[in-house]
Parts: sequence; structure tokens; C-alpha cells
Amino acid sequence: MKDHLGRPLVAVTGIGLVSPLGWGLEKNWAALLAGTSGITRIRRFATDHLKTTMAGTVDLPEEVAGAEPVPAPVRVERMAAAAIAEALAAAGMTEGAFDGPLMLGMPPVEMEWPQRVALARRAGGNGHAALSVASIGQRDLYETFLYGGVGERLALRFGTKGAPIAITTACATGASAIQLGVEAIQRGEAKSVIALGTDGSVQPEAVIRFSLLSALSSRNEDPTKASRPFEKSRDGFVMSEGAAALILEDLEHARARGATIIGLVRGCGERADNFHRTRSNPDGSSIIGAMKNALADAGLQPADIGYVNAHGTSTPENDKMEALGLRAVFGEAPPPISSNKSMIGHTLSAAGAIEAAFSLLTLRDQILPPTINHVEPDPTLGLDVVPNEARRVSGLRHVLSNSFGFGGQNVCLVLSAAP
Amino acid sequence: MTRRDVVITGIGLVSSLGEGPEAHWAALNNGAKPVVDAASFAPFPVHPLPVLSLDAQIPKKGDQRQMEPWQRLGTYAAGLAIDHAGARGLVSDMHLVVAAGGGERDVAVDEAVTAALTSAAPEASGALLNEKLATELRPTLFLAQLSNLLAGNISIVHGVTGSSRTLMGEEEAAADAIRIAAARLAEGRGEIALVGGAFASQRWDMVLLYAPGGVLWQGDYAPISARGDAGGLMLGAMAAFLVLETAEHAQARGAKALARIGGIASDAAHQRAGGGSATAAAALWQGMAPASTAGLGVISGMTGVAEARVEEEAFLATLGSVPLRRSGSLLGHGVEASFPANVALAALALSQNGFYPAMDPADAGDGAVERILVTGFGQWRGEALALLEKAP
Repeated sequence: MKDHLGRPLVAVTGIGLVSPLGWGLEKNWAALLAGTSGITRIRRFATDHLKTTMAGTVDLPEEVAGAEPVPAPVRVERMAAAAIAEALAAAGMTEGAFDGPLMLGMPPVEMEWPQRVALARRAGGNGHAALSVASIGQRDLYETFLYGGVGERLALRFGTKGAPIAITTACATGASAIQLGVEAIQRGEAKSVIALGTDGSVQPEAVIRFSLLSALSSRNEDPTKASRPFEKSRDGFVMSEGAAALILEDLEHARARGATIIGLVRGCGERADNFHRTRSNPDGSSIIGAMKNALADAGLQPADIGYVNAHGTSTPENDKMEALGLRAVFGEAPPPISSNKSMIGHTLSAAGAIEAAFSLLTLRDQILPPTINHVEPDPTLGLDVVPNEARRVSGLRHVLSNSFGFGGQNVCLVLSAAP
Repeated sequence: MTRRDVVITGIGLVSSLGEGPEAHWAALNNGAKPVVDAASFAPFPVHPLPVLSLDAQIPKKGDQRQMEPWQRLGTYAAGLAIDHAGARGLVSDMHLVVAAGGGERDVAVDEAVTAALTSAAPEASGALLNEKLATELRPTLFLAQLSNLLAGNISIVHGVTGSSRTLMGEEEAAADAIRIAAARLAEGRGEIALVGGAFASQRWDMVLLYAPGGVLWQGDYAPISARGDAGGLMLGAMAAFLVLETAEHAQARGAKALARIGGIASDAAHQRAGGGSATAAAALWQGMAPASTAGLGVISGMTGVAEARVEEEAFLATLGSVPLRRSGSLLGHGVEASFPANVALAALALSQNGFYPAMDPADAGDGAVERILVTGFGQWRGEALALLEKAP
């Protein structure tokens, strides 16, 4: 059960997923195939003065019941825990004693405005010196906002082995976490790994910051129509939240314990840009390199790929560059490509893991999820984006899933059908 | 998979004591005194950043403007490492792993917005927050804030494009960054990698992150061993990047290997006190299969935080009487930069066929050092060890 380079094949034996479409993998998948949008008006906080007033959001049960919104690291952790628990159950594993490491793709987190204002009130002043002194001993603030906090708590709950690894590569984070897990298994460090991406950053400052970079759609009048990857009138991405966890396993190990094999992660490729902080190299060399590296790592040719799960953010720039990259790799007739972000928005650090999960279900069920909101094709792109309706296929063996990040971190995964 | 030897061929090191391996070797061997600013962030003393000739490593002013001090410091040190390794021509296929903390916030804007919010009626505060942020935040500041943008800037400024990964998680993230970068080279995923981290100590947003934990030392400078039962860490400006390379690759291009990575391992005990952390570190040490402690020296990354210090001392006691140096007493604690800086100091000493005089009054032991163990017990979580050996 080795690959073309003599490495262990890496199976996926469990998946858990949370998105604005709901809590749970199959519920999400059904909604996705039905072309359902999870984008809504922002209800979590006041949207006065905002250019963008919609997003995909995942509210926690206590928030739905009326509690104050939790800070991002709490949301990130809760969604992650739900996704991991679902993935473990699907893999037939019990919680609490996982025999392998945790590879956690998550966003940077920091103290937010409610905590800052509470500290200022307590300090009776607004300066950082006053706030810092007033904060001494508030261990909950420290452990909530340390970067190692989310991983520590997840590792404790699920009993993963070794130091939890938290990674951020912007919009490629989820794919990077999977890549770290695949490498650990190929290296023989572990027989099984929990790899996940999780993000819950829809809070006022994050929305404003992305807005100031002119990255977000401002098509507020009908939120469900705002995310339009590869469509002519696309005007930016839609921020969203969610998490997906994958149980990765050495295929031999999975078979020996009689686990159901959902699919394989056959290859990972990466390449960094060096052109601009928010844009790809104009010749597409880095995203092309990442796709080619993933194919080479999988031991496959472009013709072996039957479908591409796009990065497809719905920004004018990304979708143009992704189309250019696809043609460079696949020639003038690339395989069908669709963007899950048309329905769930851009889940940022979670996107790479969520889209890998949907790619595996695409292979399992032999059906391509659509790109919704495809009213007028962008004639300059020339892609089959599986417009508006899911499409049944047969004989689909290999899917390429693209993730391209702000800051130039590009990661592509090749997912394959169970052998 | 094959296992190939991995060596260190370049060091980019900046601390409050200066920049570059030679300056650090000279300072540490000539009675260096800690550089301390006890006033600017009182009651929390810090070790400040030295003056850097940024233009030498970040020639475009436009690039400098896109960054704040943390990213500039890291990008600067990354360039020093590439130069030290003589690897400018190898950057396009060089892999990059950065251990990162949070990027800069605009402290003045934060204080102004806080003032407005604390005096506003609760029902108006949401709209007020949006209005203030939308008008007062600089659009490009977000990019200086994102953790992965230190790596992004290293790619842009120095052309490092083989791959790019950013790990988060304070001290532990840096140890794992080096561990993963070295493991990938050892198994044949590339020939050369750049790995490290940076920490800008003169930042209120960092003080505000760590202060709630009660881990920051207050008042006047004291060496780590003199911080009493309560303990505490002093933030220290620091950046350390290492060029890692397979031994064959270094030899083939005539690059000098400064040290060989003999082993690197990490864990994170959930229950540290009462021996949990010491036991975890002892298991990592046994996993490195040490034949003996003959010729071993230790560069400790001891932060000064009490619980971690007690555990580390318990672990160190199991090694017997080996020469021990607590670099944090002179450099301070640089969170994500500390472990790479201590690995850099270890490689530097091995390449000089020497070791360092005491850095803390409690430092003891002398004698010939052939191998150096670097310890990294995180301020809250994480145990990490790296064993550096003389280059073959």
C-alpha cells in the first residue's frame, strides 16, 4: 500500500464539518448539492457604517439563545471540536485517546473590543499601561488569546499525541494542515492524524479590515447572490465561518482495523508568491507551480484529473488568475471546476479543509457540486464552472483542490477515490 | 524514506546585544551586560531592539512601509541568514517555515477607540466602533497584522518561494518549525530551508497579551535565577533565522556547515506542575538516545516563569553536572524567536570550538563542549529539545 515514491498511502476515514449551512457533514453536502446559499445579513453585531453587511456565520447554541457573541478563538475551538467529534465517530474511533498528532489550521486570534473595553472600565483608564496592569491575573484572557490555547484545549479533549501544531497560511491554511498530516504519515511519524481547518472571524474589526483592502463583495441587497465566483459581475469575496476535520490514516492501518475508506489524499503541492502581498505573480507561476507540484507528488498527469474544486473566491483578481493557471496546467479544455464558496462564502482558514472534505464526497458520490449565482459567464475565463446545478458524473478518480492565500501561500491537494 | 544529515549553514541573529553571529560571539565572551529599558513599558522592563540598517536587507522603502517593526525585524534577520549562508542564489527553491506571533496593532487608534467606547452608551457602541475603525484604521495595517505576512514579506523581499508555512503557538511553534523544516530536508523534500522567528518586545499589544497571565516580570532588571518564587519573564527583542541544508548539498556547493542537527523533539504536557513537564522532557531526551552526557553543554531557553522553571530545573538535574547557560538572563525572552536564537547560539559556539561564559549568576560548569542541548520550556505549554553537534 505504497505510492509511486514508496511512501504509505494516506486514507481519509472520517470527516466532520460545520458551515453556515449547518452542523454536520451530510446536512452540508445535501444543501451544497441543492445549490443552497448560506450567506445572510450580519445579525451578530451592528452593521452601521459598514460597506459590507452580509457574511456566512455560524452561531453557537448559546448565541442563538440570546447570549453575547463569543470571541473568535472560542468560536474557532467550538466548531473545531464539533467537527473532530463527528470525524472520529465516522471513523469508528472513540474520543479522548487519539493515537496521533493534531494539525490545526486556524486564524490568528487576539483580544477583541469587548474584552478591551471591559479591561478599560476596570482600569479606569484607556492607556495600554493601565489596561495591562489591570489585566494581571486574568488567566482566562491569557489562555483564550495565546496562539497555543485552542490547540492545547483540543489536544487535551481528544487526547492527541505530541505537541499540537497550529498553522496559518491565510486562505490556504486548511490545506496546509492536511499537508502537514499527510507528511507525518508518509514520514512514518504517525499512523493517524487529525487535520482540520477552522475559522470564525466574522466580527466588526475583521470585516472592516478586509473591506479596507477592497477584498469584500458589497452586494448587500441580496446576500445569497453576493458570492459569484467566475461570474462576470463578481465584486469580491464574502467572509464566512466554519470548520472541517479529517481523520487521516495510513491506508494499511485503516484497512487492518476494518475502517471505511472515504478516499485518499494522493498528493500535496505548494509554492509561494513573491510579487505582492495580496496578489499572485502576474504570470501565475506560483499557482501553476503549486498545481504541478501536487500532480507530481501524486504521480499523476493533468489528464488524470476529472474535476477541480476551485479556490474561486469571487474576487475579480483570484478568479482571473486561477483560470489562467488552470489553462497553463490543463491546456485549453480544463476539466470542470466549481467553487463551493458560491454557497458557503470564503471560510478563510477553514476553506482548504472544507473544500477537501467536499472533494472527497464528490468522489464518493460521483456528483459535482455547482457554482451558483452563475448568471453571466465571464467570457475571458472560458471555464466549465458546473453552473447553478449539480452534475452527475461517472468514472471520476482524481480531484484537484486549490487554495491560494493572501501573503502568497499556495497549496494544492490531489484527492482520489478509495482504491 | 532515506534519512539525510541536516546541517546549519547560515545564522541571522538580532538581539538587544547587537546583530550577527560575530557580534554575539564577541559580546557574550567579553562580559556582555543586559540592555534594559525599564521605563517605556513600566512596570514591565524590556530588552529593546538595537538600531538596524534596514536598507541593507530591505532596500525598497515601499516594502519597509508595508511592515511594522515585527515584520521588519524578521525580514531583516532572514536576509542576514541567507547572506551568512551565501545562499542568495538558492532562494527560489528554498523552503520557508516561520514561527509567528501576532502582528502589530495601531496602539494610538486602539486607545482612542477604547476611550470613545467606554464613554458611549451601550446601545450606541456598536455603530460607534464601526465608524471609528472604518475611518481611523490604515488599510495596509491589516497586512502588517497578519501572522503569515512575515513569511509573505520574506518571500517578497528575499525571493524565498520554495514553500511557505507559518506556525503559531508561542515558544512551541518555533521548536516545531525547526523540527518540521529539518525533517522535510532529511527525507528528501528539498535541499535547503529557512526557518526562524522574530519578536518585537517594545509593543504594548504584546505586553497586553502576556500581562493577564501574570507571567511578566515587574520593576528593575533581575537575572532569571534571582526572580524568586514568583518568577516572571522579561520580553526581549530578538530575531533568529537559520539556513538548514542537507549535508551533501552544503558540501557540494562549498558552504561551511556550522553544526549538525543531531535531534530535535517536542511535546506539550497538559499537566506541567508536579513533574509532568520534566517527565515529558526526559522522555524526549531519552528518545534522542544519548550515549552519555560527556562533552555536553546546555543552552537553556528558561523564560523565568516559575512553574516552567521548576520543571526545567528538575529535568536538568537528571543530566548531572553539565555546563549550563541561561541565555534569557542576557537576551530576555523572545517567545517565538527564543528557541531559534538559542539554536543559533549553539551552532555558533560549536563552529567556534568553544562555549560561553556564565550568562546568569547561577550558571555553572565549564570544560570542553562537543555537543549542545538547547531547551525550550514554553511560558505556558510546550517542552522542546534540540541537540546540536559539531559539523562532520
